[in-house]
Amino acid sequence: MWKSAEALLVASALLLAAPAGAAPEAKGAPAKAGAQNVGGQKAAQEHAKPQQAVNVSTAAPAPAARAIALGRPALPEEIAAWNIDVRADGEGLPEGKGSVKQGEELFLHNCAVCHGEFGEGAGRWPVLAGGQGTLKSDRPEKTIGSFWPYASTVFDYVHRAMPFGNNQSLTADETYAIVAYLLNLNDLVPEGYVLSKENFPKVALPNEANFYEDDRETTEKAFWKKDPCMTNCSGEVHVTARAQILNVTPDGEAPKGNLE
Amino acid sequence: MSDNQLPDTGRAAGNAVAPPLSRRRFLSVAGLGAGAAAAGAGALRPGPAVAAGPDPNIVPVPAWSKTLGPGVNVNPYGKPSKFEKDVVRREVTWLTASSESSVSFTPLYALDGVITPNGLCFVRHHGGEAEIDPDKYRFMIHGMVDKELVFTLDDIKRMPGRVNRAYFLECAANSGMEWRGAQLNGCQFTHGMIHNVFYTGVPLRAFLDMAGVKPKGKWVLAEGADAAVMTRSIPIEKALDDCLVAFAMNGEALRPEQGYPVRLVVPGWEGNMWIKWLRRIKVGDQPWQQREETSKYTDLLADGRSRRFTFIMDAKSVVTSPSPQAPLRQKGPNVLTGIAWSGRGSIKRVDVSLDGGRNWTTARLEGPVMPMAMTRFYLDFDWAGQELMVQSRAMDDTGYVQPTKNELRAVRGTNSIYHNNGIQTWLVRSNGETENVEVG
Repeated sequence: MWKSAEALLVASALLLAAPAGAAPEAKGAPAKAGAQNVGGQKAAQEHAKPQQAVNVSTAAPAPAARAIALGRPALPEEIAAWNIDVRADGEGLPEGKGSVKQGEELFLHNCAVCHGEFGEGAGRWPVLAGGQGTLKSDRPEKTIGSFWPYASTVFDYVHRAMPFGNNQSLTADETYAIVAYLLNLNDLVPEGYVLSKENFPKVALPNEANFYEDDRETTEKAFWKKDPCMTNCSGEVHVTARAQILNVTPDGEAPKGNLE
Repeated sequence: MSDNQLPDTGRAAGNAVAPPLSRRRFLSVAGLGAGAAAAGAGALRPGPAVAAGPDPNIVPVPAWSKTLGPGVNVNPYGKPSKFEKDVVRREVTWLTASSESSVSFTPLYALDGVITPNGLCFVRHHGGEAEIDPDKYRFMIHGMVDKELVFTLDDIKRMPGRVNRAYFLECAANSGMEWRGAQLNGCQFTHGMIHNVFYTGVPLRAFLDMAGVKPKGKWVLAEGADAAVMTRSIPIEKALDDCLVAFAMNGEALRPEQGYPVRLVVPGWEGNMWIKWLRRIKVGDQPWQQREETSKYTDLLADGRSRRFTFIMDAKSVVTSPSPQAPLRQKGPNVLTGIAWSGRGSIKRVDVSLDGGRNWTTARLEGPVMPMAMTRFYLDFDWAGQELMVQSRAMDDTGYVQPTKNELRAVRGTNSIYHNNGIQTWLVRSNGETENVEVG
């Protein structure tokens, strides 16, 4: 059924792959049944002219065990331009610092139009402060102070994606200041606080301990059923809720039936 | 195989009992890849059972049979018939504060088969649609690797080992508005944050192997180039298993709203992780705890604690017709149809109830049944005009059976927002109108 595909191997100055036999150890899922390489890497080294490699592949291609002359080394400046993420342990935090007071000023100019002067949210824009103690209630208020597990996420996200529509316009110092102000709005740091790369990992958010890994295979084990009920599975069934009563669906009413 | 007798409600009350389904089955072509994908079934228009006179649509020659129509290239890129103008994505404006960080919904009620047309695939943005010049597109791999690399789009398209795979992409928040009760009237709005297309791309593993993942590399961070600069942490096992760096959908370049020129494909897992406008894969030794995996895409349960890293989308199904946007229009023979899918594997079976879950009939799976892909089901039935409470219940090849909404609420409460795969009920009234309800 499976046809052999012929691929040209072009020797190139940009040969980047590890030498044969130095492939990184496979981790995680085992390699799928895959490619047998015939006369690839070795032949390419022996001859200056292009060689043919025959790949016999099944379902998913296994990693090529030969040099692939594609891509180029990433330069340090290029990596630095994009590598702005900050991790929960503080890895990735840039040099800098900012105070609650500076943050308040910046927040009023850049953020309050959507998030409110005190992070209370304007209109439907997100609420950033308050809500402590509401997570078990009927209408939880999930904010930085009540819900978010890590302060690093606040820094990363503000620096990466805020202000909405003008993201990546804040300097590191400005971001530290705004995060300091947000922590202060959530009663987590005093008014005189200065947040910096050095003291950042010391900042803990109240809800950190209340997250746990996906446990559906244990807590929802009952959903794996050998033979679900097929007949006489319940008593009388009645309608208990109707979407039509809410009437919030776009385009008004649902289409009418059309019976003779 | 299955019991083809419909439960009592499926019988014509006071009339003849519906014949066994097998006698009324449509001829179908079975076999891999031979799934019939009848696009956009329009609503049936009722016609009199006995002609009172000659049908004016038959007896005079219609205009389209007499005069020339448009030539072969009036539309260099074809579009649907003008009579299908209502088959479009729709937005629920009150859901979000901004259209640039929002969602539009696939018109599932009007679609058939399993492949979602590219222009109808639901859209979820966090910073609007990025418009990227493919010549200026770059893809970087760095972090805990032997070689930090940059690729152009041309490089990606020259990679060996290209594959074609069909997968569903379901937003984690699909059906999220329904946790507290029946809220939106139409499967487009209750279940339309999903699409299913054929991707062309290269396994992410090929790039990671080229870069050489160091032994400590246990997670990757995937990042998009849009104004949200979206990021998600993905375990290295998944990244090396079946994730794709995809540049085409259903045979053509990705649509801009789906990540042109390149997106990440994360089969079976929540849509948020399928980073669009993919620009960077960073390898590290722990997750990054980004906004989209802490503040969002974490599931708050009734005790105030939250699940995180709930990656997999569980088995789920919905009847797309009849449904609120696709009411029944005639008594007698009718075709009930819907879709089922599971992030844990292939759909093994779909049962349908017409009486609110008291009795079930196994539906017919038609078309390709593929792992982590949308699967189409049908149940041909006779309708005598009685009220129906229509439900579907999917089972996947791990033995997981789609739960009821109440079974889910018993475990999770009503505030988890995401991962609502509960059974949907449509109430079909005696006049054919259909609405979103809950039953108990």
